[in-house]
Amino acid sequence: MTVTLNGEPREVTPGTTVAQLVSQLTDQPTGVAAALNGEVLPRRTWAGTPLADRDQVEVVTAVQGG
Amino acid sequence: MIIPNEALVPLGGHAVSHMDQTWTLGGRTLTSRLIVGTGGAQSLDVLRKVLTASGTQLTTVAMRRVTAAGEGSLLAMIRQAGVEVLPNTAGCHTATEALLVARLAREALGTDLVKLEVVADDITLLPDPEELIDAARKLVADGFTVLPYTNDDPVLALRLEQAGCAAVMPLGAPIGSGLGIRNPHNIAMIVERAGVPVILDAGIGTASEAALAMELGCDGVLIASAITRAADPEQMAVAMRLAIEAGRAAYGAGRIPRRWHAVASSPAAGLPL
Repeated sequence: MTVTLNGEPREVTPGTTVAQLVSQLTDQPTGVAAALNGEVLPRRTWAGTPLADRDQVEVVTAVQGG
Repeated sequence: MIIPNEALVPLGGHAVSHMDQTWTLGGRTLTSRLIVGTGGAQSLDVLRKVLTASGTQLTTVAMRRVTAAGEGSLLAMIRQAGVEVLPNTAGCHTATEALLVARLAREALGTDLVKLEVVADDITLLPDPEELIDAARKLVADGFTVLPYTNDDPVLALRLEQAGCAAVMPLGAPIGSGLGIRNPHNIAMIVERAGVPVILDAGIGTASEAALAMELGCDGVLIASAITRAADPEQMAVAMRLAIEAGRAAYGAGRIPRRWHAVASSPAAGLPL
């Protein structure tokens, strides 16, 4: 199935969790947040949240700005 | 033409003394009145030197998509410098966007502080008042300590305070323009009526303009580009720190009234002529 990760389509196997998807992008233990379909998903729930086809996932961190 | 002596700028006697070394922002007691923005610094090493030289206790960051390059060392460096992080919602054009970015920042950084930016367009980067007020109300209701970047409009500043914002941050001039404080009168009026801290945000180009912000009665100044894009960012950070201290002291000292004609400072009597 296909999900969108930070604006890019990505193929994942059914049953893949948010935690597994995020780990493909970063191994930062802190300072990272994720939103699933426009809603913030607390980090403690990532491992228990399987992805569905066409899910939109945003993974963000702090950068220089302001 | 006679110009009134009690001209334009409110005079001193502002009950600020040398004892007045701290201020409160969102429940935090701060000694530094300079908030440094991290945007524009050429390297983390430059930024580290800037943070140290500025004496700041609070520094802004933006929230962006994680990339392969990784940004983890930025947060580590800021924490190592003993500075608290203030996430912003830069790049947001609607209240809905700002809400999501603020909530992502809270989740990622574990802070309820947010520098709320909701801009109308990317040419002026001026705040969109309608979306800004809407976002401020929603973020306050969601438990955030909201520090809104706002226009230099005394009425809008009052509305943001009434919405529950912990401070108001009027611009001196457009972000990154370095044009200084284009409407000091409006800034003074915002200060006059505000019941929350007023932080001059955006437009500062050099140290004298930061001093002016403090002389107008602002509680603090937020500076990014003027420091990070200076030829020598570390030296400019020092200049801004000193200017803000000087401006605050002058505000408390109470300036003399402006007069149209000269007032001799030496006695007229006893001149041997």
